[in-house]
Order: sequence, then C-alpha cells, then structure tokens
Amino acid sequence: MSPPVAPPGWSRWLVPPAALSVHLSIGQAYAWSVFKPPLESALGLSGTQSALPFQLGIVMLGLSAAFGGTLVERNGPRWAMTVALICFSSGFLLSALGAATEQYWLIVLGYGFVGGIGLGIGYISPVSTLIKWFPDRPGMATGIAIMGFGGGALIASPWSAQMLESFGSDSSGIAVAFLVHGLSYAVFMTLGVLLIRVPRADQGARGGVESAATAAGARSAPTDPQVSANQAIRTPQFWCLWVVLCMNVTAGIGILEKAAPMITDFFANTSTTVSASAAAGFVALLSAANMAGRIGWSSTSDLIGRKNIYRVYLGVGALMYGLIALAGDSSKPLFILCALVILSFYGGGFATIPAYLKDLFGTYQVGAIHGRLLTAWSTAGVLGPLIVNWIADRQEEAGKDGSSLYTLSLFIMIGLLAVGFVANELVRPVHPRHHLPVPAQKEKEVADVE
Amino acid sequence: MSSNSGPADRRALIAFAWLWVGVPLAYGLYELVRKATQLFTG
Repeated sequence: MSPPVAPPGWSRWLVPPAALSVHLSIGQAYAWSVFKPPLESALGLSGTQSALPFQLGIVMLGLSAAFGGTLVERNGPRWAMTVALICFSSGFLLSALGAATEQYWLIVLGYGFVGGIGLGIGYISPVSTLIKWFPDRPGMATGIAIMGFGGGALIASPWSAQMLESFGSDSSGIAVAFLVHGLSYAVFMTLGVLLIRVPRADQGARGGVESAATAAGARSAPTDPQVSANQAIRTPQFWCLWVVLCMNVTAGIGILEKAAPMITDFFANTSTTVSASAAAGFVALLSAANMAGRIGWSSTSDLIGRKNIYRVYLGVGALMYGLIALAGDSSKPLFILCALVILSFYGGGFATIPAYLKDLFGTYQVGAIHGRLLTAWSTAGVLGPLIVNWIADRQEEAGKDGSSLYTLSLFIMIGLLAVGFVANELVRPVHPRHHLPVPAQKEKEVADVE
Repeated sequence: MSSNSGPADRRALIAFAWLWVGVPLAYGLYELVRKATQLFTG
C-alpha cells in the first residue's frame, strides 16, 4: 500500500482527528480492569490469570512498536492504521468467541496477542505523519495524539462498565460486550484510515496554502540532518533518551499504579483520613493531570525547547517527590498538588519524546525510532510498580505504617529522576557521521511524493 | 497558530472529524470529572 499523498488544498487539521480516532480506541487497553471481575467470576479465574490479556497486550505493544516501526515507515500511516484496526478489532472478536465458548486461552490470544499488535502499530502509526504536517509545532501535534491514548481509557472505562451492566456479567454477556467493542472500534478507527494523508513535498504544511519554503516547511528543509532507525540506535543520544524516558515513566507509574492505597495509607494516622470513594476521586484526578500534561507540556516544549522541558519534568519532578517525602502526612493539599504535577510530567514525558527524536534524528524514520524507544516504557512498566510495591511490603513487615511506608520509595524515585536529569544533560546534536548522505535524503523525498 | 483557510467543504469535513473524536472524549471527561469530585465530597 503506497502512502496516501494529500491532494492540493488538503488541511493539516484533518490529521490530528485521524490520529485521535486510532489513539482514543487503542487507549481502551488501560480500561481492561473493568473486565477483570466479571471474567474472574464467569470463568473461575484468579486475579493473576485475568490480568494476562492486558499484560500480554502491553508486551506485544512494545514488541510490535519496536520491530514494526520500519514497516510502518515504509508502508505509510494508512497501512499502519489499517493493520491496527484489523488487529485491535479482531482481537475483540476472538475474545468474544472465547467468552461465548468459555475458552479463556482465546481471550488471551485475541485481546493480548492479536490486539496487542494493533496497540503497538496503532500507537506509532500517526507520529511521523503528524510531525511532517506540523514541523512548526511537533510537540503540540504529537501531544494531541498521545493525549488520545490517555483519553481512550476515560471513554472505555464507563462505557464498558455500562455495557456489562446491560448485557450481564456472565460469559454470554461478556461475549456480547466484546463483540460490540470490536465492531464499534472498527467503525471508529475507520475515520483515521480514510482521513490520513502524508503531505506532498511541494505542499505547505499549513493547510496547503503556503509553499514549502515558508515558515513551516523551512524547518524541515531537505538539508536537515536525517538519521535512519538502524543508525539511531547506534548513537549515544538514543540511549540517553531511552534512560530519560524510562526514568520519567518509572517515577510517574510508581505513583499511578498505587495511587489509591498510597493516599489512604499516607493519611491513615491523621484526623483527615481518606475514604475509598475519595481515593477513587484522587485516581481520576491523576488521570486528568496525566492527560492535561500530554497536550499542555508537549505544546510548551515547542516554545521553550525539548531539552529544557525535560529539565522541568525531571528536575521539578524530583523536587515534588522531595516535598511529598519531607511533608509526610502534614498536608493533604500539598500531597495532592505534588502528585498532580508529577503525573502531568509523566504524561508530558510520553508526549514530548517524538518531537525530541525529530529534533535529533530528523523526520526520516522518526516513527520507527519512536517505536524502538518505547521499550523504555515496557521496562518502566515493570520497574515502577516493583519498586513501590516491594518497598512498601518490606516496610510493612518492618512494622512501619502511614506515610513512612513510602518514604524510601520516594527517595529512590528522586534518585531515578536525577539519573534521567543527567542523561538529558548529556544529549548533544547527533554526529554527522550518523546522518544519511544527502543524495539518499533526496531519493527518499522523491519516493515520498511518488 | 494560524487558522485553517481551506475550502468550505474541507471545513465541513474538519468539523465532522473533530466532532467524531470530540464527542466521545467529552463523554469520557464528563465521567472523569464526576468521579474526581468524590475526592472532595467522598
């Protein structure tokens, strides 16, 4: 499938909704927990077993983004979105069959393996195209899409719960819910497949009304250094950014994963204890901060620069963790405020990384490079919860309670953020020996418009 | 950010596309705000 080139007059403002239709869909993955209790009771599963489809899905997300990135760059965003649509939707359809026949392995295979490929390919599918359409605001453009991944869970969580209430929580009710999910997401993602276009080389990026030599186009002039995905992973810059992303995500996920018990434990020994419903409200507020950070901080990076914004994420983030650790249970508003800021940096870190990659490696294979960098996310997904949970358990065994359960974890997070801060400081422009030779760049640009 | 100045039919398509993704997102945000208020009332 050749990349769909925009006709004259095509607006770049059609590209973000195309990207959002995919990211809002695949973001459903973070609402998998809605299906866990019904599956456990209908199929007699343990909590660990019912988490398997989600865990496999996230592993497949990382693997398919890392290994499928070059294919995505070669075949274009429409091919990638089509693959994402087919995999994500058929994952649900296979799961529906699995629930209807009470064959749990089919749900793991469908949602986890097949759907997980859809997650990875879908996640990176619009990144490089958005950056090409918005060379003047790459942070904002990718921020919109990656905000969608966070938004997907906000939509799916109440929607799936409502569906299970209507269809029933037995195996046939779950099967119908999976079926409706698969069909609905297929229709919803079709908009992205139909709308996505890559800009022509001679087309202005601002709605096709300006020439490529004007403001937007000038920033991605053909002579800009371009680095291939295979070459990028041989540069220290790639690995510095890998550490930056991994540390930033580890710090955020540590709070996000344990937010409800954390706020409850923190203020358990005070006069202002936190109820279960208030803790659920806190989790929701953190999700809002995560989403707002994705679009807000990523857009800010277009103004103050990528290196500076990561200095904020990592430096101020460490400061926020320090405030929580030092204040202990003395101030609930301070705890909430600091946690919100940390989660906004967590979201911002995810959303700003494609633009940082574009600054360093050019637009040539930025989607594929982004895919490979997402292995840092998979690593952080294991590291963050492991640190917080393991330490909290050990502290509890040692007879500690309240905020002191988490003090050591908080200081470890500060250390991790400091490591990320140093890695960010080490980022320098990529050495010219890694750049594509200029004739290869021109060849690639000609191929883009053919 | 400069506003789009494409033809009228493109504007209708842009409005439709943004509504397509905006309406479900608004629903999700509404549900989120409802839940988040429990922090202050719960």
